[in-house]
Amino acid sequence: MLDRIQKAKTLCETACKALGRQINVMEVCGTHTVSIFRNGIRSILPKNLKLLSGPGCPVCVTGQGYIDIVLGLADRDDCLIATYGDMIRVPGKTGSLETKQAKANVKVVLSSEDALQLAKDNPEKIVVFVAVGFETTAPATAVVAKEAAAESIDNFCILSGHKLVVPAMRALVSEKNHNIDGFLCPGHVSVIIGYGAFAEIVEKFGRPCVVAGFEPLQIVEGLAEICRQLSAGRAELKSVYAAVVTEDGNTAAQKIIEECFEPADGYWRGLGKIEKSTLKLKDKYSRFDALKRFNITETQGKDTSGCRCGEVLCGLIEPTECGLFGQNCTPREPVGPCMVSSEGACAAWFKYGGIKTSGEQEIRKSGDQETRI
Amino acid sequence: MCLAIPARIVELEGDRAVVDAMGNRWKAKTTLLPEAKLGDLVLIHAGFAISLVDEEEAKETWQLIAEIADFEETPNKVSG
Amino acid sequence: MKTERHDRILLAHGGGGQLMDELIRHVILPSFDNEALAELGDSAKLNVASNSLCFTTDSYVVKPLFFNGGDIGKLAVCGTVNDLAVAGSRPVALSLSLIIEDGFEFELLEKILASISQAARQNNVAIVTGDTKTVEAGAADKIFINTAGLGVRLAGVDLGFQRIAAGDKIVINGTIGDHGLTIISQRADIKFQSPLQSDCVGLAEFTCELLENTSGIKFMRDPTRGGLAATLNEVSRSSGLSIEISEADIPVNPAVQAAADMLGFDVLTVANEGKFVAIVSPESANDCLNICKNHPLGKKASIIGEVVETRDVPVVEMVTKIGGKRIVQMPYGRELPRIC
Repeated sequence: MLDRIQKAKTLCETACKALGRQINVMEVCGTHTVSIFRNGIRSILPKNLKLLSGPGCPVCVTGQGYIDIVLGLADRDDCLIATYGDMIRVPGKTGSLETKQAKANVKVVLSSEDALQLAKDNPEKIVVFVAVGFETTAPATAVVAKEAAAESIDNFCILSGHKLVVPAMRALVSEKNHNIDGFLCPGHVSVIIGYGAFAEIVEKFGRPCVVAGFEPLQIVEGLAEICRQLSAGRAELKSVYAAVVTEDGNTAAQKIIEECFEPADGYWRGLGKIEKSTLKLKDKYSRFDALKRFNITETQGKDTSGCRCGEVLCGLIEPTECGLFGQNCTPREPVGPCMVSSEGACAAWFKYGGIKTSGEQEIRKSGDQETRI
Repeated sequence: MCLAIPARIVELEGDRAVVDAMGNRWKAKTTLLPEAKLGDLVLIHAGFAISLVDEEEAKETWQLIAEIADFEETPNKVSG
Repeated sequence: MKTERHDRILLAHGGGGQLMDELIRHVILPSFDNEALAELGDSAKLNVASNSLCFTTDSYVVKPLFFNGGDIGKLAVCGTVNDLAVAGSRPVALSLSLIIEDGFEFELLEKILASISQAARQNNVAIVTGDTKTVEAGAADKIFINTAGLGVRLAGVDLGFQRIAAGDKIVINGTIGDHGLTIISQRADIKFQSPLQSDCVGLAEFTCELLENTSGIKFMRDPTRGGLAATLNEVSRSSGLSIEISEADIPVNPAVQAAADMLGFDVLTVANEGKFVAIVSPESANDCLNICKNHPLGKKASIIGEVVETRDVPVVEMVTKIGGKRIVQMPYGRELPRIC
């Protein structure tokens, strides 16, 4: 594998040199962000290839309003909250699910099926499934919605926080001043929606879109393809994740999403409202909709005015240029997704004070080396 | 988004499967992948198989799989 | 053997009266046959041929109580033995404190005591004193155990942060992540079938052999909670030096890696209970490695990196498998399974 990495690396270097300017590639998916960090990928890329961590961590872009609803329900004695581990630390107004775990009605699940089983095993409680994730995870929620309906598991309900990737990408690349030259598209979302789904970004906005998996070799090869296209003055739709991604995607999964959900306008932390960017349960399944069940409306939550995550996400500013950074917005009390996500640009900056590894550029003094998050 | 790893279907009844990844076995459902068969290598995410995985591509894509394949081909090589 | 036909612990078993006396004499004492304990005095009287001692304590609250490769009892002995071991001492005596919930099954208690007894024998250490308390149901999550340990410092051995210098090599005696991922695989909420086994074992005999046969070992620590990442960050912070390790040189069991990948864990942050990290002078590193590899508990030992001068602030950096570099940060303190 090392020789393939070297090859891809060289391709990036050649292309970037030919272009002679800074290139900004947005990697949309949170799992890409983590893999890039864990494998030290930035340190092997050419200096003028900058990776922007996009809004691809669906947990991090979950608005405080949503979390506050979950926390409110966790406080009820008649509810059991079933959630993926990712959600445990995301902050709301009164704390996070982690702080509620002492009450023992918050259960971590690995699958939506576990959440449904929890409802079957606890008929006297109402199980609320905290359903977050992109299109990769939405089908799993749809499956249990159908099963709950078929088996009349009436003490089961779903709080849908599912978000759609392409509308977010469209919103970012429609911003007048964005700095995005190309997108590294999420591998497993593409398994479901097919790489063809990104065609509009390529055609309407002229940006290369390359789908890659999460192994380091995948990421570097995906970046090499983007660089190659850019240096050739082209914008194309491609996938380097042939092992599991096709142009059309998983049609069975798409069908089931369509059967149970419909797109609705939604609020993304740090980005504001994005049209038709979230999934809401269709009328046929609305009796499993937690919002309906408990008669709640999702509000925007905490005032995030002053949050400049949108600009950080697009690569327009560094975290330190945001007025809230380090003051009102810290990893312990984050405002925007860039700080909520442990690998988000702002959280990473805060932790290392801008320190890059000795393999990267300058090393700057940390103001907060002692803070252990 | 999303953690998903390749695993082999070692039990299958209807859409209820047991999948194996390096000896770890999880329950998974094949509801989203009706064409999956016993013995297939599939991608598992949040308890569901979401795609078939091409065996040859798998060795080229996942480092752990490449290492194991490599190790199995050369049993005399000392690993770890 | 049960007392008065009880099959569960009652609050009265901790009350200092007849039931407790029976519990101690008939259930606990027989497990730990030694002079000091048999006296059942308020304190154990020990004759230790040294005034250069190590003393440590740890509490054990692991859940589930029983797991592949061990249980809370074995852990309670090995964990404390290992703290003495990595401080450069030979463990001599342990205290054993039990806090047991009303309603806890006797059968399980006996199993745990048997485990403690076996682990103590295997590690040549005596349980010389103890305490038993009972609490209302729900107040102790079945059983909590505390052990404190006394060890005699090995002659001529001086381990400490202040001895660490740039150029020192970092040695680990085997694979990482086994204990933590085994525990996780057996947690009720995310249980999965697995060949994983905890690496829980006492290391004192191994570390004593190492320390007696090589000079040049400057510091040791067992990477328990927080894993290798926490230990290396502690070393870096306390010594003021930086550390560079190589991912390719860190031994990991493929089943552990696959489980970690499935759940989103970073193996560097996962607990180990049968491993030590040793910081060794460059001249002694190979000797140290060879001794490890010839020991049953060190077959997969490896030199994983070295201590380097700090450029700006002390950091722990890792060269990744693809030749990249990244910072290994101090873990949050509670890793959770992810799907994103």
